[in-house]
Amino acid sequence: MPIILRRLATSVLILLAVSVLVFVATLLLPGDPAQAILGQQATPERLAALREQMNLNDPVLQRYFSWLGGLFVGDLGISAASGGPVSALLGERIGASLVLLVAASLISLPVGFLVGTYSALRRGRTGDHVTTGVSLVLAALPEFVIGIALITLFSTTVFPILPSVTMAPPGEAVWNYPLQLVLPTLTLVLVVTPYITRMMRATMLEVLDSGYVEMARLKGVPERQVILRHALPHALSPVAQVVAIQLAWMAGGVVVVEFLFRYPGIGQALVDAVANRDVQVVQALSILIAAVYIMVNLLADMVGILTNPKLRTGGTR
Amino acid sequence: MSTSISENTTTATPVLSADGLRVATTAGEEILHGVSFELQPGKILALVGESGSGKTTAGLACLGHFRQGLEHTGGEIHLAGSGQDGSILDLPESERRKLRGGAISYVPQDPALSLNPAMRIGEQIMEVLRVHRYGDSDAERRGRAAEVLAEVGLENDRAYLGRYPHQLSGGQQQRVGIAMAFACRPAVMVLDEPTTGLDVTTQALVLQTIDQLAERHSVAGLYITHDLAVVAKVADDVVVMLSGDVVEHGPTAQVLYRPQHHYTRKLLNAVPDLAGKRRVGSVAAITGEQAAVPQDGSAGHAAQITTADRHSAAHTPAPAAHRSLLEVSGLRLAYGENQVLDGIDFKLGQGESMMLLGESGSGKTTLSRCIAGLNEDYNGTVCLDGAELAPGTRARSAEQRQQVQYVFQSPFSSLNPRRTICESVEVPLQMSGKMSRKERRLRVREALDQVRLGDSYLDRRPGDLSGGERQRAAIARALVNAPSLLVCDEVTSALDVSVQASIIDLLRSLQTDTGMSMLFVTHNIALARHISQRMAVLQQGRIVDLGSTEDVLENPQHDYTRELLANVPTF
Repeated sequence: MPIILRRLATSVLILLAVSVLVFVATLLLPGDPAQAILGQQATPERLAALREQMNLNDPVLQRYFSWLGGLFVGDLGISAASGGPVSALLGERIGASLVLLVAASLISLPVGFLVGTYSALRRGRTGDHVTTGVSLVLAALPEFVIGIALITLFSTTVFPILPSVTMAPPGEAVWNYPLQLVLPTLTLVLVVTPYITRMMRATMLEVLDSGYVEMARLKGVPERQVILRHALPHALSPVAQVVAIQLAWMAGGVVVVEFLFRYPGIGQALVDAVANRDVQVVQALSILIAAVYIMVNLLADMVGILTNPKLRTGGTR
Repeated sequence: MSTSISENTTTATPVLSADGLRVATTAGEEILHGVSFELQPGKILALVGESGSGKTTAGLACLGHFRQGLEHTGGEIHLAGSGQDGSILDLPESERRKLRGGAISYVPQDPALSLNPAMRIGEQIMEVLRVHRYGDSDAERRGRAAEVLAEVGLENDRAYLGRYPHQLSGGQQQRVGIAMAFACRPAVMVLDEPTTGLDVTTQALVLQTIDQLAERHSVAGLYITHDLAVVAKVADDVVVMLSGDVVEHGPTAQVLYRPQHHYTRKLLNAVPDLAGKRRVGSVAAITGEQAAVPQDGSAGHAAQITTADRHSAAHTPAPAAHRSLLEVSGLRLAYGENQVLDGIDFKLGQGESMMLLGESGSGKTTLSRCIAGLNEDYNGTVCLDGAELAPGTRARSAEQRQQVQYVFQSPFSSLNPRRTICESVEVPLQMSGKMSRKERRLRVREALDQVRLGDSYLDRRPGDLSGGERQRAAIARALVNAPSLLVCDEVTSALDVSVQASIIDLLRSLQTDTGMSMLFVTHNIALARHISQRMAVLQQGRIVDLGSTEDVLENPQHDYTRELLANVPTF
């Protein structure tokens, strides 16, 4: 599969380019990390000692490569704020965010596919109008508005049934408190699903109008099989691109949602790290989010390649 | 192949009969106003009409299928062997579905669009067998799939069954479509323009396959088409449709040679013939020895335009020498390993019209785009009037750009729908920036006049125009700058035959009137004598035959050309 290998190679190149950008961007963060850690009262000697300890006096290029080298062996450096290794600090946070992301995707993907297909099959009828209207409204709302609306609805006066903030004791896994996961997950689902639904509806409509779907019907293929075998595989490849963008957005957009629900994931960690000038943590998280972005897009392209025999077989016509 | 008049058609039991079929849009506009016809086993009935006549709607109705936005409003369709006494249109959808692909099957117009690109062809044939419970096991069904592929003249080993549609040529794809339609041994096959877009050789093969299958297995065929030459070759009986009504009905020989209705006569007159005996429009076809180039005075082409007398044109002496306007040499272009153009050399004289003939994929459009500067990735040289042209339009001078003008295949997509005709035609003049608004408008009116569109078209938009009118507007746009070379890329292939005739007529008179040169790119060899003095035959990026139209047609040098000529359907 040379086409997949080529695609993989470009992904690696993009990731390298991102690492340069991330590194340069953190250099540009205002303020001196040493100063930020030690505060305004720090003596020049202590500042100099800390700079020496953090290798801040080395040439920029050398610092970049030692940081990059560290990434490859899982050494993300020492957190300036906590003094511990970044990997230990983030491990738990990544796990917590992953729970949120996976739960949200597991719900929004099938729902998006189903509702989009339903809408396309009922083109122009009431069911179609309702779903397109609702998805348009939801797509127009930013995640914090949806989040706040959900909190108002389910954890304050109307139906006080769900917790509005996450309060797992530190060191304990978030999934031990499933009720606390409901609102953050629901928020992400409501943000992501409308886009998937709309895209699914649009590509499905196009596919349903295609010659091969009409041909399948004229062959006497039962409607269910027409949809599942002839229409769906062709609709999936363009939708996969949108799904990828949405999943990638979740990896970054989770920051706002986690902040809103005080959820102990990478989003919280990133906000804290920027506030503390914790350069190592910011770098590690930025690279991580970028890697998720690239990975997900790579997966979407693979779906495209696998559902299109022309790309798979090269074709000799 | 029989075109003999079958006297007993009315007495035999029809396998399918449509009776007073009415179809309307859901908005209430009637598309078919009571259409009736009968199909006999082993015979092929041609349903002839232009786009919009409702012939496809009628064909699909035979399968109990109505496209989105259409509904059945009256009339009946009886299908013998459906196991139903009543009209199949009264059956519930699930019952009709069981008939489709089984008792009655469909062969679509464009197999490239109708075969599922993500399914292997063997699986697509197996699917129809499985749906209709043909055979008891998958092994048996695989055997039938192989058998039916052999019947349409394709390979049928495992590797072939495992191919995807894009790995087949257009003709092979269409034969897979026919195999699929034939797999369950239907009583009736509906064929919807199955050879449009194929070159004549492939078309002949497909027609032969259909004919043999129908005869051997006594299948009744409904052949939907607008190509009367094909009708002559394949059909036993003909039904002519005009905007939702049947206007003529009878055995093929009678309808084609003794047409009763004036519309049938009009259709027949519009069919271009290779021999050039018929006149498409008002300009005589080019036959026999003829001046390659009209004399610089008006005498030469006046003779061609005003007189139908072939002999006077035939005796016009060929000018001893004429300047060549366009010289293409060593033109090559490759996309990856795919060599699209493989060393093209030819000259086009001033005032000369040349046909560039080739099937899809032969590189003819790529070649014309290179000449027009729309494709700049070529190697080799293109010289206009002795001066070498830069590869891209951007690198060419304004004057050079004005000299070469291009008319695109589809007038439906080449005109901006938001602009009025005047605005669209005016664009090339605005680009030169020399004329005032008033002068431009005057020039646009002249150009519209040249293409026989009146002033009333100035402020209309493409959406209000028919296909033929749009193509005229597109030609006017190419004419405003008085080009010395007009490149016409398949300009008639999106149009009906009668519209094609009027466009061909127009182009010929324009060319002789203005003395411009013309490169006419097409896949339709039958147009040769109606449009060009010279022709070049293109196959897989090479010119395999080049010469005067007469020479190439009468004395072809290459096997490919000979094969094409042998397979041109005529009547």
